[in-house]
Amino acid sequence: MAVLSNVLDDLNEGTTPFTIEEFLAAEQQKDLLCFTTAGSVDDGKSTLIGRLLYDSRSVYEDQVKTVTRSSSGEASAIDFALLTDGLRAEREQGITIDVAYRFFATPKRKFIIADTPGHEQYTRNMVTGASTADLAIVLVDARKGILTQSRRHGFIASLLGIRHVVAAINKMDLVDFSEKVYRTLHNDLHGLAAKLGIRELTAIPISALLGDNVVTRSEQTPWYDGPTLLEHLESVPIAEDLPDAAFRLPVQRVIRPNQDFRGFAGQIASGTVTPGDRIIALPSGRTSRIKGIHTFDGDLDSAFAPQSVAVTLEDEIDISRGDLIAHVDDAPAVSNSFSASLVWLHAGPFVPGKTYLLKHTAQTVKAHLRVAHRLDIETLEPQQSAVLRLNEIGEVEVRTSRSLMLDPYRENRVTGSFILIDPASNATVGAGMVHYTKLDKDGRSQINGTLLLLPGEVLVSVLEEKLTTRGKDVVITSSQKPEVWQSLLYAGFTVLVPSKSQAQAEIITLAPDAHELLRRPVARHDGLKAQADALLRELENEF
Amino acid sequence: MSTAVYDSPETITASRARLTHLKALEAESIHIIREVAAEFQRPVMLYSIGKDSSVMLRLAQKAFYPGTIPFPLLHIDTGYKFREMIEFRDNYTRELGLNLLVWRNEEAIANGANPITLGTQRCCGYLKTQALLDGLRAHGFDAAFGGARRDEERSRAKERIFSFRDANGQWDPKNQRPELWNLYNGRIGPGESIRVFPLSNWTELDIWHYIHLENIPIIPLYFAQERRMLVRGDSLIPIEQPFVKGLPGEEQWVRCRLRSLGCSPCTGAIRSDADTVPKIIAELISFRSSERANRIIDHDQDGSMEIKKREGYF
Repeated sequence: MAVLSNVLDDLNEGTTPFTIEEFLAAEQQKDLLCFTTAGSVDDGKSTLIGRLLYDSRSVYEDQVKTVTRSSSGEASAIDFALLTDGLRAEREQGITIDVAYRFFATPKRKFIIADTPGHEQYTRNMVTGASTADLAIVLVDARKGILTQSRRHGFIASLLGIRHVVAAINKMDLVDFSEKVYRTLHNDLHGLAAKLGIRELTAIPISALLGDNVVTRSEQTPWYDGPTLLEHLESVPIAEDLPDAAFRLPVQRVIRPNQDFRGFAGQIASGTVTPGDRIIALPSGRTSRIKGIHTFDGDLDSAFAPQSVAVTLEDEIDISRGDLIAHVDDAPAVSNSFSASLVWLHAGPFVPGKTYLLKHTAQTVKAHLRVAHRLDIETLEPQQSAVLRLNEIGEVEVRTSRSLMLDPYRENRVTGSFILIDPASNATVGAGMVHYTKLDKDGRSQINGTLLLLPGEVLVSVLEEKLTTRGKDVVITSSQKPEVWQSLLYAGFTVLVPSKSQAQAEIITLAPDAHELLRRPVARHDGLKAQADALLRELENEF
Repeated sequence: MSTAVYDSPETITASRARLTHLKALEAESIHIIREVAAEFQRPVMLYSIGKDSSVMLRLAQKAFYPGTIPFPLLHIDTGYKFREMIEFRDNYTRELGLNLLVWRNEEAIANGANPITLGTQRCCGYLKTQALLDGLRAHGFDAAFGGARRDEERSRAKERIFSFRDANGQWDPKNQRPELWNLYNGRIGPGESIRVFPLSNWTELDIWHYIHLENIPIIPLYFAQERRMLVRGDSLIPIEQPFVKGLPGEEQWVRCRLRSLGCSPCTGAIRSDADTVPKIIAELISFRSSERANRIIDHDQDGSMEIKKREGYF
């Protein structure tokens, strides 16, 4: 096995050769880091990735041959950018137009690169690439410093919750590997990171073209004592799930091979679960205990994110696709109203008032959205706007036809993210990140309005005044139609309805599924003021 | 009591546990397979008998365990597949109790379509692409799993996990849906369909490593043994079809194996001593030559895989 030991020698760069079994054992321990790269046409991003792939020896020989043929002219030169470009249209136009996924491995780790263009549709593509990444590499041209686009890339990395950002200060060869240039940029970049809320920023001086500090340490930068790019990629911690991250299991499917087994299958979004744990199924609110965690490879003593499992429960409770299982004492918000950041991904603009479909974990619901404001991606200042166009980012208020089990995106990328789908074209038009949900003190959604059915016009006008001064949106209607009430309640109004036939006031609310009206009478009080105050106290409980 | 629980080392280990890359890939693939089974009316899994299909099939078993796979398998048979492939297919699917469907372009086969007279592009067009589109349409399948990976070929690197195909089964690289997080948009109109690639993020090494760890049965053509081949330059061409004829002296016994499985006239073998999965892996990492290099069809012209995909090929 001379060939094998050569290869393994090669992989270990001269250390003791090991057998294929040892190689596989080491291989099996590797974890997976997904990172995204952003940069524009000229800043050498494709060259950097090509260099990373080539120097880490994961470029296969026949691919190198194909590239050398495509880039006729310089017969022996390898065009690193061509290694990473994919489609015909791009090779013809010389630009990268979509997100491309590349793979490479070192003896320490496996990597997935989501390579995104800095050219047209940059925001859409970068957001897409960043959504699954643990780390982002932002390219900065050493000669040009922090441009608008570096700021934009940093902002998107922060928006998409990427914990580790690397500023690759490229083309150091063109500034004579100047320490001063690096130091200045290093300080500017850390200032920017603080402003953008980036949790960790690492600035590395490189030359993608010549290979300095990409894989091999440069002799041109003796003043730099940090890691090379690859060293950093190999050592950065992956998805540090907080030890106390809340357990979330969105149910994808109920597995029922026979009458005795009812398994709830899904991929754990966060946290850890163990048989015996007390759980709550949402939105129903029914509780039980975990009976078992089942996989093809046997039952598990515990399971954690992002494992795909099926769990069984001690009690027969009705759970279906789209529901979520959580620990009973650490459940997410259940709400159909929330605020979010929204990135618009489609050529056709966001249309206010239109019904979109919203996919969140394993459920798709109808949604109405209102744009609160748009963010100027260059200055990061809010701008007045009711619409969003392709590549624009806005703050939105969302209402959905059914309640969702939500966590803020900053805490949970799975239960805090959603996509919007145009119901007519089925295109994916938006990507959203949940900020917060509107909740009452019991953690329930408070967004539906309340209706008061009142005996007499006088009580209506007294309450109208008191409620308006308390900041409520009040609507008075004489309509007695339940469907009219439903839509007003769904819209979140406090509705006052005078009724001559009514001897006693009633409080009417929407059932959690928003289809039924719940009615309850309020005790009668003598005197207008006493009656009004009693009703206001009752309303406080509703809110 | 609760203190004891929180202090227990097991609890701490569990909360800090991390998945290895293969377990992370497995979990992602299972999630994808379950999404498709839940969101589509009539999904099907394309089964090509190769190593990737074998892994995909195992992942489907895992996704629905202890239940059974809730969709059929479909094999597109060109009539030129290796005899061993058909035997393996029939035995293995019977053993697992799976619902196997086979589709062939009988008209083209009856007309004697072959790569020598038609050229590889037109032959693939009739026997693979056309047969696939006809088979999917005849059964009314709205989602089809394929075992393609992004690391296989350059045009695959930008492929979505849910790849949208229009009513003609065609792929428009400029009109694909953005894919964020693990939220897949499977909504389609009448006649449209989705090709689903649950192995998108696996590499060739991952596939072999998983086969090794999971003891997944694979077809013996992958393992080296003495085989009768046409030796032409660097190429080893299997002799199964009467139209594959060699010049004098070209036909030889060679110790070789197949790196990827296709039709016998168009799938070259490689000289190899690798007769176990670990040896195949050792060979793989020594090669620095991508697995598709021995597929004659991909090298018809620069970017030929992309052209095939636009027309409806996987």
